[in-house]
Amino acid sequence: MRSAYLNYKLILPREQSRNHKHKTLSTITEELQKPETQNLTNRPKANALEHEAIYIIREVAAQFEKPVLLFSGGKDSITLVRLAQKAFWPAKIPFPLMHIDTGHNFPETIEFRDKLVEELGVELIVRNVQDSIDQGKVVEETGKYASRNMLQTTTLLDAIEEFKFDACIGGARRDEEKARAKERIFSVRDDFGQWDEKNQRPELFDMLNGEIEMGQNVRVFPISNWTELDVWSYIQKENIEIPSIYFAHKRNTFLRDGLIWSAEDDVVFRADDEQVEERVVRFRTVGDMSCTAAVESHADTIDKVVAEIRSSKISERGARIDDKRSEAAMEKRKQQGYF
Amino acid sequence: MEVLKIATAGSVDDGKSTLIGRLLYDTKSLTEDKLEAIERTSKQKGYDYLDFSLATDGLVAEREQGITIDVAHIYFSTQSKSYIIADTPGHVEYTRNMVTGASTSQAAIILIDARKGVIEQTNRHFFINNLLRVKDVIVAINKMDLVDFSEDVFNDIKADFEELMGKRDYQEQKITFIPVSALKGDNVVNHSKNTPWYSGQTLLEHLEELDLQDIYNTGTPRFPVQYVIRPKTEEFHDFRGFAGKVYGGELSVGDEVVVLPSMTRSKIKAIYFYDKEYQTAPRRSSVTITLEDEVNVSRGDMLVKTDDLPTIDKQLTATVSWMDADQLTTGGKYIVQHGVNKVLAKVDAIEHKIHPDYSGIEENATTLQMNDIAKVRFKLNKPIFYDKFKDHRTNGSFIIIDSRTNTTAGVGFIS
Repeated sequence: MRSAYLNYKLILPREQSRNHKHKTLSTITEELQKPETQNLTNRPKANALEHEAIYIIREVAAQFEKPVLLFSGGKDSITLVRLAQKAFWPAKIPFPLMHIDTGHNFPETIEFRDKLVEELGVELIVRNVQDSIDQGKVVEETGKYASRNMLQTTTLLDAIEEFKFDACIGGARRDEEKARAKERIFSVRDDFGQWDEKNQRPELFDMLNGEIEMGQNVRVFPISNWTELDVWSYIQKENIEIPSIYFAHKRNTFLRDGLIWSAEDDVVFRADDEQVEERVVRFRTVGDMSCTAAVESHADTIDKVVAEIRSSKISERGARIDDKRSEAAMEKRKQQGYF
Repeated sequence: MEVLKIATAGSVDDGKSTLIGRLLYDTKSLTEDKLEAIERTSKQKGYDYLDFSLATDGLVAEREQGITIDVAHIYFSTQSKSYIIADTPGHVEYTRNMVTGASTSQAAIILIDARKGVIEQTNRHFFINNLLRVKDVIVAINKMDLVDFSEDVFNDIKADFEELMGKRDYQEQKITFIPVSALKGDNVVNHSKNTPWYSGQTLLEHLEELDLQDIYNTGTPRFPVQYVIRPKTEEFHDFRGFAGKVYGGELSVGDEVVVLPSMTRSKIKAIYFYDKEYQTAPRRSSVTITLEDEVNVSRGDMLVKTDDLPTIDKQLTATVSWMDADQLTTGGKYIVQHGVNKVLAKVDAIEHKIHPDYSGIEENATTLQMNDIAKVRFKLNKPIFYDKFKDHRTNGSFIIIDSRTNTTAGVGFIS
């Protein structure tokens, strides 16, 4: 079965090309090889999840024309950014970041976002849920549980259409929620941004099929196989900076449905009989403020946070009221085009 | 931490979801809120035990029908390992889901209902795990509580299964039998008092002892180039790095390599992982490689060691597992994606269909339906650089994409 193709000649490039090139690079190489920073007998650490994620991110850059990284300012998307940096170093990340801004962000998150983008030197696109509301495309929810979380979908789909993005990289993980546990790494969405959960492409070995038609796009989840603890351990090991609200701090809060809510902003609805009290808290997820509850915690360093997660008995999304709406809350949102 | 991926296989009602739920429960991996949800729903349904399948059946349709439709991924960890379980359902798209789950797994659990013993489905589960060369297979003989934890029943089933083992192609596959009751928790995480005649390990003990260095199938190093990194900055003006993942073996600085398909020779100049240089890129690491010489390399090309070339050919024969509702036909044209490389392919001939219950083959087939497994000959429009699947799990496999629907319609294991 071996064919003539094996008879290719081995072509050796001309010797001269070997000598007078890579001048700039060799200086850098020397620098990197300084004994105190480098141990060349070493090999990169065997972190299977990290190598898998980098592979996936590179596939996105190679298979799609207009990818974008969806950046919320939360720990998962910050982790994604670090992985993307690693995937393309020494080049810059070859796609923009996009933040779908609910207008209900913790101010710390926005400060953090802007600083990070400046350091990376990549483009940041911001699209606002407020604009979708002003344009009458969505109607603001009212009442005790009002949240802009659902409204994000419309703003996101509009932005995808506006920029003709064909791949959106997101930080969703399969361990977060059981509908997510069934989603592919390359998850195809139709013209309406919808997820057809019963008709997903099989994903075999490492091979990712990014073939799509005009108008379709793919949601890509490089950290699909990471758990919450994996993300936190990675942030710890890599020494990645994250917004301060992830660490224990004093905050004026009130209790509702057994969950702790921030009372420091007007965003979260608070009834008159809901008592404000100062507590030491931190946030485990950073979504829309109106649907993200805090947890009581004294973990004010990354080491303490990792130790706390390790021994935690409540799942991460236990503090996300958007998932509690019904057993199938996430599945329904995903079908409509949510992240 | 090390990650072990495990595929599960079992027929409807063999108790797969219950087994997974039990693993989660006994390793204390279920959080309070999830446990409460399971308790609440079990009570609503009037069960007198905890229905752990509720922890894994994530889609509305699944909960309504009480069945598992799609591959779900379940995560838990112990002090020594992180585990990812691919829960693969046993319905219409059964083979497709099992092949998918097994393709990324290093170990598999095959469930057998102790009351039913080895059934036709069991043959299929074993065949697929053997075809995909999953290194470690655990045969969990479940529902032992319903056969009074009988040693004879266990031994009979084991003997029946061992008969199948003689027929397998991949003889080196390690197979371990464990008597369990997922519902009651016997020999899953904790040793059972009900099986004094069983002195082996519990399911979790077995998994904990698997050596991950050993469990990946090894071969020779293959480096398919995913992406060419050209920073074009002042600092890295001439940098041309080839980004990809190393498969099969490892590559080191100074290694003599050949770039396929151009057959250009060079040497590895440097190996980068992020902003640091390393001497060696181990198996399954996503690195960036630079070469000593200025050679033309683009996505889909492959770096291999000079003394270790793969087959470079425009035709190949493979065992195909067909996964699409649209049938595969002789003469049909598809996209073959081999690693990151895509070529056009034409089905030259279906040599024969293979009965996945070890009962033989069927000649003269001209079409393949979903779940069929067959030996198929392809012609390609460009040569690809491949190994036999038995020598190289990654470089010996490809997916078949239907260019009309863009869906992944099948997978091939090169023979």
